[in-house]
Amino acid sequence: MSTAHTPDRPEDGRDDDPQDRAPEHGHAPGHDQDDRAGYKTDADAGSVDERDEADAPAVDPAAENAEGGEPAARVELPEEQQGEQEIPTFDLTLQIRRYNPEVSDEVHWDEFKLTMYGTDRVLDALHKVKWEIDGSLSFRRSCAHGVCGSDAMRINGQNRLACKVLLKDLDLSKPVTVEPIKGLPCEKDLIVDMEPFFQSYREIMPFLVAGGNEPTMERYQSQEDRARFDDTTKCILCAACTSSCPVFWTDGQYFGPAAIVNAHRFIFDSRDDAGDLRLEILNDKEGVWRCRTTFNCTEACPRGIQVTKAIAEVKNAILSRSM
Amino acid sequence: MSTPLKASISVPRSKDLEVNGVKYNRSSSRRNNFEMYAWLFMRLSGVVLLVLVFVHLWVNLVSPEGGVEAVDFAFVAGKWASPFWQVFDMLLLWLAMLHGTNGLRVIIDDYAERDRTRFWLKVFLFTTSAFVILLGTLVIFTFEPCPAGADPALLASFCAAG
Repeated sequence: MSTAHTPDRPEDGRDDDPQDRAPEHGHAPGHDQDDRAGYKTDADAGSVDERDEADAPAVDPAAENAEGGEPAARVELPEEQQGEQEIPTFDLTLQIRRYNPEVSDEVHWDEFKLTMYGTDRVLDALHKVKWEIDGSLSFRRSCAHGVCGSDAMRINGQNRLACKVLLKDLDLSKPVTVEPIKGLPCEKDLIVDMEPFFQSYREIMPFLVAGGNEPTMERYQSQEDRARFDDTTKCILCAACTSSCPVFWTDGQYFGPAAIVNAHRFIFDSRDDAGDLRLEILNDKEGVWRCRTTFNCTEACPRGIQVTKAIAEVKNAILSRSM
Repeated sequence: MSTPLKASISVPRSKDLEVNGVKYNRSSSRRNNFEMYAWLFMRLSGVVLLVLVFVHLWVNLVSPEGGVEAVDFAFVAGKWASPFWQVFDMLLLWLAMLHGTNGLRVIIDDYAERDRTRFWLKVFLFTTSAFVILLGTLVIFTFEPCPAGADPALLASFCAAG
């Protein structure tokens, strides 16, 4: 059910189509970029399919929501996958930036020739290298399904989650390059020290500060008030945005998009009382005013958060508070 | 038992930590509105400069008879005899210089990696900007349109009358 196939998707008899079944990797591939629809996990796979069937005549929400559309598949896969037919395979060259301070301070690139399947992601290629070719390769991954935010890396020069990039969407005529994210100190291979990133996150106080009368049950909030900061609740702290920001690359002193997004989530929360304090923190020399609106962060966010817009809203909030 | 309010919340900010040239914490906690006003100034002065610059170009290069060839000492003297053009040119000078200086200050902050490099580049930048602004302002207000003993052919027409 990749976008390329969507128009021809049979509305029933889906079971004949092995590509269309919730694949072994969990989520339906067509919904990789469907961030607006909220969180989806493996457990939701059933309901996702139901919803799809109900919505089938309407426009595909994935196509509607994905900013700029999903990348077109660059590898032609047969349109119809009948019954016993195998999933198509293709060859690719994977270049990985290697660094191991215990062996050498030099950085080098390793090249691997792999044969992968049409349903595989960059993370599967990394697994194949680690499990079958070179066990010394190090990278982080936890859930492997785009929720935990552990495997942000620079794939073909763009910050992406390795578990959300399908190999067939990449240009396989050239080698696929994988590097650690920039701006944070590299510890080994694709693993960076996230401490400066989390330090900024801690500084904006990413927790609810609510005073007044303590309610006996939950704190109520209208749907409109909840919708005000809905976009910024989606952050998974993968650091793809912060490490794509050229201002952060300079000296790492800038708070960074991720910290501002998470401050935004509480500043615009009607239940929170510490908005002024967070605005004051972000009115720093290294705060929101260092944003140059290059939109790298918005482009990098695997959750589709409008990061630059959120930063602009925080700028406006600081301005209107001071004027 | 309510949550403590603003005053008692301290921002977690541990001491400066630097490992292999990477600063793990922000080195300063300067809290004032300077960066905000600088940001606002860039936007507002940019809009005003768009008008000023194009009026300036039109008046100096397009509207005079003979176009760009017509600009000479007499033309400038004639313009600065009017307080309107004095104020106009001073506004243009100040806004353009401050806008440009702040832009370069931001570029230095973004591209210079060491604090010492930043400091010296900014010293150089601010000195030259202050020099140009002061010199320009001085010229606008002390300009002598009819210097004694000059060739009358080069001067503005009103010099002959006086």
